[in-house]
Amino acid sequence: MKLLELRHLSTHYVSARGARVTRAVDDVSLTVGEGETLGIVGESGSGKTTLALSLLRLLPPAARIVSGEIWFEGEDLLTKSHREMRRVRGKRIAMILQDPLASLNPLFTVGDQVAEPLRVHEGASRGSAWARARELLRAVRIAAPETRVREYPHQLSGGMRQRIVGAIAISCGPRLLIADEPTTSLDLTIQAQYLQLLRDLQRDRGLSMIFITHNLGIVARMCDHVAVMYAGRLVEAGPVARIFSSAAHPYTQALLESIPRMADGRKRLTAIDGQPPDPVALPPGCAFHPRCPKVLDRCRKEAPPEVRVAASHTSRCWLAS
Amino acid sequence: MKRFIVKRLGFAVISLFLLSLTIFVFVRVTGDPAVLLVEPGASAADLAAIREQFGLDRPLWVQYGSFLAHLARGDLGQSFYYKTDVLELYLSRLPSSLLLAAVAMTFSLVIGIPTGVIAAVRVNGWWDSAGKVFALLGLSLPSFWVGLLMILFFSVYLGWLPSSGSGTVWHVLMPAFALGWYFAAAHMRLTRSSMLEVLGSEYVKLARLKGLPEALVIAKHALKNALIPVLTLAGINLVLMINVAVVVETVFAWPGIGRLLYEGIAFRDFPVVQAIVLLGGAMIVAVNLVVDVLYAVIDPRIRYER
Repeated sequence: MKLLELRHLSTHYVSARGARVTRAVDDVSLTVGEGETLGIVGESGSGKTTLALSLLRLLPPAARIVSGEIWFEGEDLLTKSHREMRRVRGKRIAMILQDPLASLNPLFTVGDQVAEPLRVHEGASRGSAWARARELLRAVRIAAPETRVREYPHQLSGGMRQRIVGAIAISCGPRLLIADEPTTSLDLTIQAQYLQLLRDLQRDRGLSMIFITHNLGIVARMCDHVAVMYAGRLVEAGPVARIFSSAAHPYTQALLESIPRMADGRKRLTAIDGQPPDPVALPPGCAFHPRCPKVLDRCRKEAPPEVRVAASHTSRCWLAS
Repeated sequence: MKRFIVKRLGFAVISLFLLSLTIFVFVRVTGDPAVLLVEPGASAADLAAIREQFGLDRPLWVQYGSFLAHLARGDLGQSFYYKTDVLELYLSRLPSSLLLAAVAMTFSLVIGIPTGVIAAVRVNGWWDSAGKVFALLGLSLPSFWVGLLMILFFSVYLGWLPSSGSGTVWHVLMPAFALGWYFAAAHMRLTRSSMLEVLGSEYVKLARLKGLPEALVIAKHALKNALIPVLTLAGINLVLMINVAVVVETVFAWPGIGRLLYEGIAFRDFPVVQAIVLLGGAMIVAVNLVVDVLYAVIDPRIRYER
């Protein structure tokens, strides 16, 4: 059985008087197996972060999960009470936010913040929680954890803070770790180290991961499967090797062509024409059709259904059917 | 930390010197105190004698120099009207003002912080709207009018509370509320906006992602951060309360330094006015210093700055 299975999940933002509805996540189905890593790729505003926050049911007040099911370890998370949901967060599903400088509380020591989930979820005493916090800092390769636990976030570098956020995430031994663009604010050498750390943690602890990113290089390096989102919809999903070698959706193809390659220096980089659509007023038919180089008449009128291109490779494109 | 405090002390001395010069000049613009100190129809010679007695016949810069020289020795001068030492007079009134300010501050924090937190947590809800009305009234109703209405209601109609004077717990309630409402409103508005900002922060998001109970997220991760600006404002407000209660103290005949200042101005009692303004200024400067240091104690980012 799969660890996580989303079935037809839709999350909408509703404006103050209900006048405008934004379909941030629209009819998304996907699965994550034990120990697997799924990459979710898409432009800013394509619904990646809303999808992740929907899993944890920590959406902003204007957002509503309007339909679908979220099956995690055999339970539908959407039927859980607030109290039950709280026991899932941080304990069974953890999430790493984008900005390490802002996601630690400036007024509390590192030790306090790393020990906190242990004290809340496992009722650990202060002493044993702090001892575990020191072990966790060691696990994320922070030197001299004995002194670091007593320090405040502003005394540490960005890379160290990101590791501490990682230590908080793995503190209660979650089954699933969601990382939302975890390396965008780090410089390149630190990025590589951090990705390596996440991979090692995943291997050592048998974690499943969801990696939200717009960086296909990271997907190629980190993920087993990839799901491509466009305007709230999943337009293509499949194993990483398969998607990189034979993408079926023109949007995925365009994304792959926009990666700079060292080998052929003469070829110009291709960009995707046009702008991402306004989420409040999506174009009719396939939302990608105004920017699609292979657009058909049908694409302007009818939204394509999800089509199986090959085993565990799906695409929402009329060309694929 | 030591250097930080020494630097702030230097600024404090300069501020107080400028304040002494300003008040010295301004109080003399209000008119001639001798006129108010003699019998009606006194002769020009009597007036001259009084001016000479208080040293008001000397050139202004000599008077100022003498004032500073006495000040340096801790001597604030003699009251023209009461004929006693100004410092003694001030100290005899200060406890009443401190009591009034302490009770008013307690009101303002006990009302302002919880309502501000509730308004932020239930933003745009019923509680938030009720809080807005309370704050609007507190900030816009003049304290003398609130005071007079309270006297009318609680003293005249209900006969529950004494209308003026001091001596018992009951005496302090109405003036403290009349003085504190404005500050409760200010503390509430600042707590609300500060909480809203903090509740939208990434670290509050992370606290929720950790699975902490919402009460802990608000009380620990959000409130402590949100209280930093509120604490600063409250510190400065406490000193303001001691020094700006002139109207409230006059309405309730409360024997504090506000009323002493009012009398000092009315009688052109220069040493009294100079002393109250200077001591008030010294208090404001001192509290700013204390707040800065407290800030550094609470917020480690300031503590380690060099």
